[in-house]
Formats: sequence, structure tokens, C-alpha cells
Amino acid sequence: MSAAARADEWRGVAAGEVDDFSPSVAGLLRRRSRVLLARLARPYLGSMALAAVLILVRSAGYLALPYLIGLGIDQGIRPGRSGNPQTLVLIVGVLAIALLVNALANYAFMRVSGRIGANILFNLRRTLFAHVQELSLSFFERYTSGRIISRLTSDIDALNELLATGLTSVITSLISVVAITAILIHLDVRLGMVALVAMPLVVGLTYWFRVNSARSYRAVRRAIVLVIVHYVESLGGIRAVHAFRREPRNQEIFEDVNARYRDANIWSNRLASTFGPAINLLGRLTTAAVLLYGGYLVVQGQLTLGVLTAFVLYLRQFFDPMQELSQFYNVFQAAGAALEKLAGVIEEAPTVPEPSSPISMHEAKGAVAFDHVTFAYREKPVLHDIDFSVPAGAVVALVGETGAGKTTMARLIARFYDPTAGRVTLDGVDLRSITVQDLRRAVVVVTQESFLFSGTVGENILFGRPSATRGEMEQAARAIGAHDFIMAMPNGYDTDVRRRGVRLSSGQRQLVAFARAFLADPRVLILDEATSSLDLPSERLVQRALRTLLRGRTAFIIAHRLSTVEVADRVLVLDAGRIVEDGAPAELRRDDGRYSSLHRAWVESLA
Amino acid sequence: MGLFALRRYVPYLRPYVGLVVVFGLSQLGSLVTAASIPKVIQFIIDGPITEHNLGRLVPMAGLLVVIGALEFVLIVMRRHYSGVASLRMETDLRNDFYAHLQNLQVSFHDNWQSGQLLSRAISDIGTVRRFVSFGLIWFLQTIVTFVVVFALMLQLDWQLALVVVLCMVPIAFFSNVFHNKYRVIARSLQDLTGDMTTTIEEMATGVRIIKAFGRMPLMQKRFEDEASQIRVTSLTGIKARAELWTELNFLPNLSLVAVLLLGGVNVVAGRMTIGGLVAFMNYVFMLIWPMDAIGWVLSMSEECQTASQRLNEVLDSRPEISDRHGARALERCRGRLEFRGVGFRYPKSDEWVLRDLNLVVEPGETVGLVGRTGSGKTSLAYLGPRLYDVSEGSVLLDGVDVRDITLRSLRSHIGFAFEDPILFSASVHENLVMGRPIVSDQELKRAIDVAHAGFVWDLPWGLETRVGEQGYTLSGGQRQRLALARAVLGAPPLLILDDPLSSVDVHTEATIEEALARVLEGVTGLLVVHRPSTLALADRVALIEGGTVAAVGTHGELMRSNDLYRALLSQEYDPRAEEALA
Ligand SMILES: Nc1ncnc2c1ncn2[C@@H]1O[C@H](COP(=O)(O)OP(=O)(O)O)[C@@H](O)[C@H]1O
Ligand SMILES: Nc1ncnc2c1ncn2[C@@H]1O[C@H](COP(=O)(O)OP(=O)(O)O)[C@@H](O)[C@H]1O
Ligand SMILES: [Mg+2]
Ligand SMILES: [Mg+2]
Repeated sequence: MSAAARADEWRGVAAGEVDDFSPSVAGLLRRRSRVLLARLARPYLGSMALAAVLILVRSAGYLALPYLIGLGIDQGIRPGRSGNPQTLVLIVGVLAIALLVNALANYAFMRVSGRIGANILFNLRRTLFAHVQELSLSFFERYTSGRIISRLTSDIDALNELLATGLTSVITSLISVVAITAILIHLDVRLGMVALVAMPLVVGLTYWFRVNSARSYRAVRRAIVLVIVHYVESLGGIRAVHAFRREPRNQEIFEDVNARYRDANIWSNRLASTFGPAINLLGRLTTAAVLLYGGYLVVQGQLTLGVLTAFVLYLRQFFDPMQELSQFYNVFQAAGAALEKLAGVIEEAPTVPEPSSPISMHEAKGAVAFDHVTFAYREKPVLHDIDFSVPAGAVVALVGETGAGKTTMARLIARFYDPTAGRVTLDGVDLRSITVQDLRRAVVVVTQESFLFSGTVGENILFGRPSATRGEMEQAARAIGAHDFIMAMPNGYDTDVRRRGVRLSSGQRQLVAFARAFLADPRVLILDEATSSLDLPSERLVQRALRTLLRGRTAFIIAHRLSTVEVADRVLVLDAGRIVEDGAPAELRRDDGRYSSLHRAWVESLA
Repeated sequence: MGLFALRRYVPYLRPYVGLVVVFGLSQLGSLVTAASIPKVIQFIIDGPITEHNLGRLVPMAGLLVVIGALEFVLIVMRRHYSGVASLRMETDLRNDFYAHLQNLQVSFHDNWQSGQLLSRAISDIGTVRRFVSFGLIWFLQTIVTFVVVFALMLQLDWQLALVVVLCMVPIAFFSNVFHNKYRVIARSLQDLTGDMTTTIEEMATGVRIIKAFGRMPLMQKRFEDEASQIRVTSLTGIKARAELWTELNFLPNLSLVAVLLLGGVNVVAGRMTIGGLVAFMNYVFMLIWPMDAIGWVLSMSEECQTASQRLNEVLDSRPEISDRHGARALERCRGRLEFRGVGFRYPKSDEWVLRDLNLVVEPGETVGLVGRTGSGKTSLAYLGPRLYDVSEGSVLLDGVDVRDITLRSLRSHIGFAFEDPILFSASVHENLVMGRPIVSDQELKRAIDVAHAGFVWDLPWGLETRVGEQGYTLSGGQRQRLALARAVLGAPPLLILDDPLSSVDVHTEATIEEALARVLEGVTGLLVVHRPSTLALADRVALIEGGTVAAVGTHGELMRSNDLYRALLSQEYDPRAEEALA
């Protein structure tokens, strides 16, 4: 383990390491994944019953085969006597019908069970995606996108295998095992007992396998996550990788995690490739025992040779499906480990939950207040006892050094996090009592990172309000001065911006992000360094636009270029998580405080 | 067949030839033991038991146990070694795939959806592995079984054997139909999976924006549309498989009927013994399992072929930016950077971003780049470390075309700070050093001081603290300062800084500028800036407009002589300057 720990050093230390469970919770994990499985299967109990019936029919058709052939020989061909062609033809006809029934039932079964599997997968995907989206930002920060991706892709794939192949074999095999056990006992109780002596061994072996393979498959799931996380992140930042020649290092890390994935797979493969043959071996041993004891009985005259022969033949038919069951069990274990992880995500509750009894807010006015708010991402508080209120329609600038807590305040207003103490209110209502839908309609934040989705420019702007018309969309783009550059691109608004908007320069991305927010038309708009990458004239254009666009809205503006701040009615100066100055910009400029010193420095920087 | 697409994976099995041989031998061995066990049983029943000879019964049963144990060992070996060989092959293939992707130029990654690349690396490579480890084996085993069984049948009764063959002929037809249908399905299923993976990735990385606008339902709809397309497509796949498997199951059964009828008539007519008929039917029974296996093998091989096609699409794209023949390392770099008649278009685009651009940065000099948003400053900066290649003209470092310098050497001379910080969820230390050859603690400290990034010492675990994905657990200014520290680390002779101070406050900016001025003293610098104060660091400024250098001079000169320049840098609204912009 220490070698692995050393290999992981690059990853660094973080609070609340995810994804590692102590063995003591294994029982709990199994239980919760079983609960999830039951929940997924519930809607399809009817179809499953149908599938079971179909498979019974199929088996019946199949089992009738030897019987009908025997009948054909005895009644139709009548060895030793003259044959009876008519009967033969009749029986062959019946046989053909039985085979047809068998084939049709088989076909229907595959369709029905396939549909069940596809539906379950679809539902699982849907549930999981919806659930993950509901989770709070702190979850995403802890979990990272790579982990989320691997849950939603490779873990679900592991389940797919179970659903695609598992059902068929398990039902057929179970039927055979049960039926043959009955036949064995019926044939001869004493020999039947000898044959069943192996059962405790089978159970013991299965237990051993279950415990170990669960561990190995958990290791597989853990390892694949590391592979995906590294893959996604390192290729996502390929520019930096190339510029800093990180390729060899990345390759080293990738080969390390990939090797761990391989070793975990080899481990589980080793277990599975011992378990199946071991069951087989038990079958051979049982046969030997039956032959010994049965031979003794025959010699003693207590058993006929025919019964012994039949017994030996049935034993084979008994252990073959057992083999199949062991295969199935293996697939089940693999899926089980994936299910555990999925169940873990589904049990994750949002730390910023929807209100249980929401206060409805169809038309917010936009008054925002912080009521003695303290906030900590982890232990160390970032904001201390922030207390102020802003009337609807006011434009407030947040100013302060980097790391002072401006973005954090913006996140609290948008309720990405809930305060550790105190409350944030909109129109006097605690944000915790407003539904997500109402809150998002009222409050929109343009984040520091102008993330664009792949798709066209137009689609990205429409993300702000999907119901907007094309005219409205262009209007929003025109208002902040993005229209011209968009039209200059080969396909205008239909130009594909590619992965994360790489097709655009970063200033252009900011403009698109800005247009997106305006189109959303919120009561409260938060601009977090939304113009930092623009050239000064473009920024000026935005500022001029802001004067009209912000009319009637509450706005919080975070910016380092103080020209933007001058639009504001009021400035809050933040220092190390405390508000140290509060007033109109002109007023603060006159005082001899932080803002005036900032402003002086800024004016000097322009010279 | 399309199995040719698999040819390129053969070398991946080569290192494991030993394992494959062991696997093959144990496979053979286990077949032999499995076949001998019924014989032994027959022996026991016909021998000791029938003869009432208990003394011989015990050793014979012992023999059975021994053979069973041998069989056990052989099967374990067979399964274990086939697993090990195929898993190792899969791992090597994935390592190479990753290495290949890392070597592909930035523009390749710009144009590919990340989900498509991920699904290729994980699930498509897995599909190839599964076919190699199960599919091929079953394929071979099925063929052997068929040949042996037919030989036995022919020997018994060639006419009936012919009948069986006739019944089997439709297989060729059915599997061809299946091949045509399933190939399309398998491919589109894999492509859809890639698209869905992309949506998942965008949801996970763009969650801040999705939440900011409350667009969860929109993303949910997009995802569900894709997931339900996958559902529908996989249902058609299931239908195709169900048809094929049913046919494959039905055909041997059908031949059984024919054999019973014709053979029965033969027996009645006295042309065949009843024992012969029973034996013949037993042979037909032996074909049932292999027919099942054919169904598996066919669908697996289709999936494997389309998966390898998808892999080949990536593996076949050669890196466009790589060391060209005769490229050499630049041992010592003075830092003279020259853009000579540079024209640049982004790959797959036909607009010129830069055209006829000439600019020289002398060793030790710092040149500022000023231009409006979207004028091509960042694009120009990318050309230095060859993140993209020029379309026309050349970029020269110390008089050598950068394409004649090995990439490693070229990039080791350049410190680059991107507009977006680009951090990884790794320790601060790793983000700074980026796996470059051992960097001393002093250098590290110096770089952190220059970027005024002392906050890292206050993080819970200092330099070992993991910054969140994209550095999201840091404030914007903190991220940017880390990126700056990374660029100046190791004192590269050429520094390219793309708007490195856009997210820091005025005070911090002033402090950093002071430190940067000292760093830039001895080195060449290319500095993209918007703020006049930062321009103080530059000896000369180049104004980028219309894809070329519109003017060069000191800040003061340009402020005086160039209207556009003034418009771009003056804080006050100036109607005359503004006209220059129009
Ligand atoms: N998600 C997070 N997890 C932990 N710490 C954070 C997180 N985001 C920001 N911080 C820390 O909180 C402090 C304030 O950050 P922020 O509000 O982003 O500052 P700024 O005023 O520059 O916007 C910084 O020290 C930063 O490192
Ligand atoms: N990957 C790309 N593919 C095609 N066009 C691009 C790409 N990246 C940027 N562009 C276009 O090239 C122009 C210059 O962009 P850039 O160099 O980023 O400008 P800036 O001067 O703001 O840094 C812009 O019009 C942008 O739309
Ligand atoms: Mg911030
Ligand atoms: Mg740029």
C-alpha cells in the first residue's frame, strides 16, 4: 500500500477523501445496493413474470425433445418389429411443432428480457443524472467531474452485462438444478444423499467467493475511476500539458493507474477462474463417491446397474447448470460492486436542499440582505459576520483583494452554498425557503469562468432563456456589443463554438456569457469579473450598456477595474472576509480609506 | 471481412505469446481430460461393478479423482492465462492510445468531443479485449467441434450427413443478413454512447453555469433524449440478436427432425441399424452448443470490428505538430524571437487570423501585444511554443525555425501563462512543477514570490494541498497567480504571458509587476496586456490589428501617434479615438 501511496503523492492531500470504505460497511453497501436493485426492478415485475413463463415454455419444448425421439423410435421405427411409417411421420410432426414452439418462446423471451434490461438501464441513467444535477456544488468540488462521468458510464455498463446475459442463464439453471435434485432423490434416496453431501461444500465455496470477489470488484471500480479522472482532466488541459512538457509525467501516472486497474481485473479474474472449475471439481468428486458407494450397493445387490448409470448421467446434468450459475454469480458480483457505488451517489443528499415548505415568489422585487452571515468552505471561515441590506434596484459594487471573499458572497446570493451561520434573504425571505426554480428566475450570476457548452453561439446565448425568440437573442447580443463579432464569424449565430467554446477568444467568450445572462432577464444580476478579459473600449461599451440594462434591477458587480465600479450606487469594500467600508463611490473616494487608496492606485496605473 | 481492422492489434499479443501458448496447451489438455472422464466412468461400470470386483473399484475411482483434479488445474490455468494475456494486452493498448492522444496537437483536441475520446479509450478498448479473450477462442473451438463432428457423421452415414449440412446452409445467409444489420447498429450504439458521455462530461464540468441559470431540466432533457436513443437502438440490436440466435438454435433441431424421419425410414427399410441412428442423433446434439456460440461470436465480432474502426479513426490521425526530420535540440537559447511573414489560420477554418505579420523580439527585450478582443493576440502567442503551427511564413527562435527545433527543447525554453489558468486537481506542487525535471525548493520559492502567490503556504497542507478540479477551490486571482508562478518557474529565457493579471486587484497587480520587472530584466518577454500599468514592463509595444502588426513603438510614442492605440488604452471616452475603432 505504501508504494501506491508514494505513487499518489502528486495528487496532494485533500479533506474528506471520497470513495474509500472500510470493510465493516460492506454489509451496509450490499444492503443498499439490493434496495436500489429492487427499486429498479419493481416496475417490471409483470414483464419478468412473462419472461419466466416464456422460459418455462422454452424449457418444456426442449425437454420434450428426448422424450419424443424415444417415442418415435419405440412407436414409429419399432426396432425388432416392422416399422410404422405413419406413426413415425405423425410423431416427427409433433416434434417439429414442439421445436417451433421452443424457437418462438425463445425468441419472445429474448425480446422481453432484453426490453426489461434496456428499460431498467434507461431508468437508472435518468434517475442518476437527475439526482446528480440536484446535488450541491460542494459535492461536485469533492467528487470531481471524472468520478461523476465514470459513475454514469462505466458503472452503468457493468450493470448492463448483468441485465443482458444474467437473467436467461439464472432462470434456466435454477430450474434444472431443482428438477434434477428431485429426480436424484426419487431415483435412490441413499445415493441422492451421497450426491448432496457436496452441497455444503458448494455453499462454503460460494461464500468464500462472494466475500473475496466483492472486494476485488470494488477494487476494479475504484481503479477505473482513477483512470477516467486522470484521462479526462489531463486531456482537458492539453494546452498546458504541451506547453509545460508534462506528457512523460502524465504517461507515468496514467500507466500507473491503468496498471492498477489491470491488476484489480486480474485479481477478480483469478477468483472467478478458480470458482467455476472448483464447482466442476466438486462434481467430479461427487461422481467418484457415487460410483464407489453405488458400486458397493450394486455388488451387494441392493441397486440395479441401470439406476446407477442414470444417476451418473444426471449428476452431469446437475453440475453443468451449477457451472452456469457460478458464471452468473460472477457477473452479479461485478454488477454488485458497481451498484454499490451508484447507490452511494443516490444516497448522497444535497447540502443545499429544496425547501420542504417553500414560500412562493413569482415576481421577486430584488431586495437582498445578508443577516449576520458567516461562511466557511471547511473549517476556516471565509466570511465573518457580514451584515447589510440592499434595496431593490440598487447597484452594488464589491471590491477587495483577490481572496477576500467577493466570489464567495456572490455564491451565497445565488445559493450555491448555504451560510454556516446567519441568513441571506431575497425580499425578506430566507433563500432556504425559496424553490430553486423561483430563485433561479430571480437571481442569475455571471461567473468568473465563462464556461460555454459545445454547440452554436446562438444555443449558448439561448441557454439563458430557452424560450426566447431569435430576435430577442440577437437583441441581447447587440445590447452588450457581441453582435458584430458574432456576425463576422462564418456562420454567424450558428457557428459551432466547439468543446468549451475554444473557437472563441476569451474576451468573446465573456461577451457571450454576458449576453446569456441578459437574455435570462433576472431581477438580481451578479457580475463576477465578467469583463476582465475585454479590451478597454469593449468594456466601455458594456459599461454604457449596463447603465440602461441595469435599470430596475438589483446588481452586484465585482471588478478590479474601478471604472466598472463607478456605475454603482454603493460600494462594499471587503477585506479578509469582512466589510470594512460601505458607501457611495464618490463618498468613499473622498474619505481616506481603503477604497480611496485603491482608487488612487488604479488612477496611477492608467498613466 | 472487416476483421482486417483488427490486424493492427496483433502486435499487442506478441509480448504475451508465452502466456498464449500456455493457455492453448491447457485448453487442449482440459478438453482431453474432459473427454476422458466419460470413458473412465464407462470403464468403471463395465469393469469392476459389472464384474462385482470391489478391489478394483477403489483404484479406478481414485483415477477418476486424479483426472478430475488434473482437469481442475488445467481449466484454472486456461482461464487465468487467457485473462492475464488479454488484460495485459488491453492495458498496453490503452496506454498507447493515451500516449497517442497526448502527442496529437491541440487543434485535434479542439475538434473532438471529449466524451467520444473517453468512450473509445474505455469501452471500445474493452470491447476489443473481450473479443480477443472470449470471442476468438470460441470461434476456434466451434470450428474444431464442427470439423470433428462432421467427420464422425460422414463416417457413419454420408447421406444423412449431407442432409444435416443442407439444413445448416442457411446459416451463411442468416449470418450475412445479421452482419449487415448489426454492423450499423453496433456502430451507432457506440457513437451514441460517446455523445452521451459528452453530455455527462459537460454537465459535470459546466455545473456552475447550469445551476446559475437553473437549467437542470434542459440538460436532463438533452440527456434523456440521448439515453432513450440508446435504449431504442439497443432494442433493435436485441431484436437482431434474438432473430439470429433463434435461427441458429432452430437449424440443428430442424436437422434432428430430418434425421429422425429419414433415418427412421432407413431403419424401417433395414438400411440402417437403430444403434447407428441413435449415435447419429447424438452427434447432432453435439452441434447445439457450438451453434449457440456462433451467435455470441458473430455479435461480439461485429462489435469488436466497429469498436476498432472507432479506435483507428483516432490512431490513424498522425500528429501534425511533431519533430520533423532533422530537427535538433537548441542547447542554449538567447531568446531572440522573430515572426517572419507569419500567416495563420486555425485548422479547418478558412479565415486568416494573422497575415503578413512581422515582429522581432530581441534577446532580453520585452514586447507588449495590444489589440482589441479577438484580434489574434492569443493566437500569436500560441505560435511560440508550437501549440499551433503557422500556415505561412515562419517563427524563428535564435534564428532557427521553431519547426527545426525538437519540441521538448523548444518548449523547455519557454515559460507560458495562459489566459485561463488551466489547473489540475493535484497538489499545488504538482501544478507548479508539472512533472518537469527536479526543481529546487529555492526556485519554487522564488517563483511563488514573483507571482505574489504566498497564499499557498497558508493552505491546510501547504504545497501538498490538492487544489480542486480546475483549481476551483481557489479564488480567481489565486488561480491566476499560480499559473504565473508556473510560467516563471525554472527561469526560462523566453516568457510568454497572456493577460496574466486580469483577475488580480490593483494593489496585488502593482506588487507582481514590480517582481516581474526584475524577472524580465534578463529574459525575453512577450506580454499580452490590456492595462497601461502593465505596459510599463514592456520596452516596446506592438499593436495587432487586422491580423498584422499595425504599429510598433514605445507606449509613449504610440499614445501620441496612433489613434487606435489610444482608443484601446485610454480610460476616458474619447470621441476621436473611438472613431479609430469603427
Ligand atoms: N470551493 C472552495 N473551497 C475551499 N476554499 C475556497 C473555495 N472557493 C474559495 N475558497 C477560498 O476562499 C477564499 C475567498 O475566495 P473568493 O471568494 O473566491 O475570493 P475573491 O474575493 O477573490 O473572489 C480564498 O482564500 C479561497 O482560497
Ligand atoms: N480554435 C479556433 N478555431 C477557429 N477560430 C478561432 C479559434 N480560436 C480563436 N479563433 C478566432 O481567432 C480570432 C483571434 O482569437 P484570439 O487570438 O484568441 O484573440 P485575442 O486577441 O482576443 O487573444 C478570434 O476571432 C477567434 O474567434
Ligand atoms: Mg473572485
Ligand atoms: Mg486572448
